[in-house]
Amino acid sequence: MPFESLSIETLANIYLGLLGLAVLLYAVLDGYDLGVGVLLPPRNESFRDDMVASIGPYWDANETWLVLAVGLLLFAFPQAHSAILQTLYLPATFMLLGLILRGVSFDFRAKVPQVKKRKWDFCFKYGSLLTTLTQGYMLGIWVTGLRTDLYAQGFALLAAFGVTAAYAFIGACWLILKSEGELQSKAFHWARRCLMVLSGGIMAVSLLNLSLHESVRELWLSSPMGYVLMAIPLACFGLLSLCGLVLNKLPKAGGKGEWLPFGIALLVFLLCFTAFGISYYPFVVPGKLTIMDAVADASSLRFLLVGASVVVPCILAYTFMVYRIFAGKAEKLSYY
Amino acid sequence: MDAFILSRLQFALNISFHILFPTITIALGWFLFYFKVRSNLSGHPVWMRIYRFWVRVFALTFALGVVSGVTMSFQFGTNWPGFMEKAGNVAGPLLGYEVLTAFFLEATFLGIMLFGSRRVPNWLHTLSSLVVAIGTTISAFWILSLNSWMHTPQGYEVIDGVIYAKDWSQIIFNPSFPYRLTHMLLASGLTASFLIAGLSAYRIFRGDDKIAPKIALKTATYTAAVLIPLQIFAGDMHGLNTLEHQPQKIAAMEGVWHTEKGAPLLLFAIPDEENKTNHFEIGIPRGASLILTHDIDGEIKGLNEFEGEHPPVGPVFYSFRVMVGMGMLMLAVAWAGSWYLFRKNTLPPWLTKVFMGMSFSGWIATLAGWYVTEVGRQPYLISGVMRTEEAVTGLPPANIALTLTLYAGIYVVLMIAYMSTLTLMCRRSVEIEEISSEEREQAKAAREQRLAQA
Repeated sequence: MPFESLSIETLANIYLGLLGLAVLLYAVLDGYDLGVGVLLPPRNESFRDDMVASIGPYWDANETWLVLAVGLLLFAFPQAHSAILQTLYLPATFMLLGLILRGVSFDFRAKVPQVKKRKWDFCFKYGSLLTTLTQGYMLGIWVTGLRTDLYAQGFALLAAFGVTAAYAFIGACWLILKSEGELQSKAFHWARRCLMVLSGGIMAVSLLNLSLHESVRELWLSSPMGYVLMAIPLACFGLLSLCGLVLNKLPKAGGKGEWLPFGIALLVFLLCFTAFGISYYPFVVPGKLTIMDAVADASSLRFLLVGASVVVPCILAYTFMVYRIFAGKAEKLSYY
Repeated sequence: MDAFILSRLQFALNISFHILFPTITIALGWFLFYFKVRSNLSGHPVWMRIYRFWVRVFALTFALGVVSGVTMSFQFGTNWPGFMEKAGNVAGPLLGYEVLTAFFLEATFLGIMLFGSRRVPNWLHTLSSLVVAIGTTISAFWILSLNSWMHTPQGYEVIDGVIYAKDWSQIIFNPSFPYRLTHMLLASGLTASFLIAGLSAYRIFRGDDKIAPKIALKTATYTAAVLIPLQIFAGDMHGLNTLEHQPQKIAAMEGVWHTEKGAPLLLFAIPDEENKTNHFEIGIPRGASLILTHDIDGEIKGLNEFEGEHPPVGPVFYSFRVMVGMGMLMLAVAWAGSWYLFRKNTLPPWLTKVFMGMSFSGWIATLAGWYVTEVGRQPYLISGVMRTEEAVTGLPPANIALTLTLYAGIYVVLMIAYMSTLTLMCRRSVEIEEISSEEREQAKAAREQRLAQA
């Protein structure tokens, strides 16, 4: 079999990398469409139509990254999967209910009479919100090493709002890119508001993070790596301030540089993700399970890697193609 | 109730709900590709109208399949952690390949299929339809490979209670896989055919006299008429394969309590698990032996040979009869419909109503078939290797009871919404004049030309 020369350590790292890629892509891609859902204004139907239209061709594929992430965790680190999901059973179920609600509302709203359409829009908005809150909460609990005490709950609650703000922010940036006119000015307004909340969230989470694990504190405060790690929240602030400036200038820029806020949001996501990655490596459950404790059988990992090394680049290629095809402002949502 | 029963109920609920939607989309994807190709070849706008109606049904069904499928992938870890701990080395890569080779393909190209026709060249739109159809089929390939392996495991070894993969081609192409895959794909073909025929019949019944529903009805009815005998043949082959590998399942399906020669084919009976016998038997003498061993005096092993190792008889026995009964009904209706459509080019009103009534007959047959095969594997999760109770979670039962209630609630709501939306789409399409603005322009120009000439 190919990849025979790869040791189990290398395989574990490769799969951690793949898992990381899947989670990051999920956070960015489903992040913006969940964010658009959270921002859905209850009282303006034409906004709602345009906003849903902007994510129409993408949401299905975006959500698939979550399936891949959960699948990779399940397969490559089965013990971690069962520890995480059994601890987070209830929030995970609520997240799934949220995903179910928003996923189907999207399709139902387009096919039912006006009165019912509002109800499905309601489901879409609050399903999205339920999803983002529970995802943030789960992230928080995971970071604490699956603790369930009051302090961990508080931290998870903060993470829930932080993640929701992050999704709403990238969602607003997406709308700036995909919309025009009134909706776009509204999107600028949303992006500015979310930017504030997000900055506060990143600061709070970064600080509280230090109180959770001895090893993380050491890494941040007294190792050479600490400078890099410290630089990350600072860089985030730099970027977010820049984004604030850009958001003020863009409305008068006559359509130029509309991709900038989204690009910056992307970088911020990437940076936060890197900080998490460095802080907790080589743990899959912080402080509890390392990748080597939880890794599956090497020959099965090799077997899937053969396919993954061929298929993942293809997936990235055709995903890119679809974004090219639907580039530019969103069209009215009609199937033809 | 304990975590075991609740987890089983929840999993049964989830998988029953989930399977309804892929069962439609697997074959509907191919129908759509066919409609698109016909549209390209003939240039007649009616094919595009049919495509447009059914692609919306596809999108809705696909969305329901996706969201209910995501919940399945979580439950492996939450409710059945023992399964992945023991069999993860086999199940993991198969599930992984499904996500990598099928999910992304379907979900991504569906975007082009639904919203891309104005933005991409026609050939790419047609290709996307093909890719989506292939994607759904690949998905079925992997999931049925894993499922079949759980029925007829091979190509593995057990070391310290954990299963390790030895030979992947043996695992993927395990003995029951070809039969199960064929049986499932044909089931999907029939489910989609009867759905298309049923909803088209409903449109005609509501007074839709356009040609689109007529053509769709014809296409679907002829397809069903061809597929159903193939399905009966495939089902028979599958049964023989099961007899070879899982004789206890066959014994439960046929209600054979004691090994006997020349066993009757029971059309109806009430199996009595306590007394190990059947009541109110109506059967064809020696029928089961004839069908299963191709010998009227052939020996069928009874449940007595599998004490403590055989599935609960009632559910398997009844589900099997529901599936076969539904298949026979489909055969009669599809052939009668084809005869009328071929000879008279239309259906008599009573048959139109029968088709409407049978819109979801594929669901009933598919679900019944799955209960036969899945309940029939009990008490094992992996035949002869792992019992179902070994896999169950240590979650508090109260939590599972809560989530079970939530799932049940949301599924009821979704089912009502799905059914009523399909009905509504049919009703609307009756009122809509399915002529595109281009066609209207052309007709107007032609009329003006005529007027000018006159």
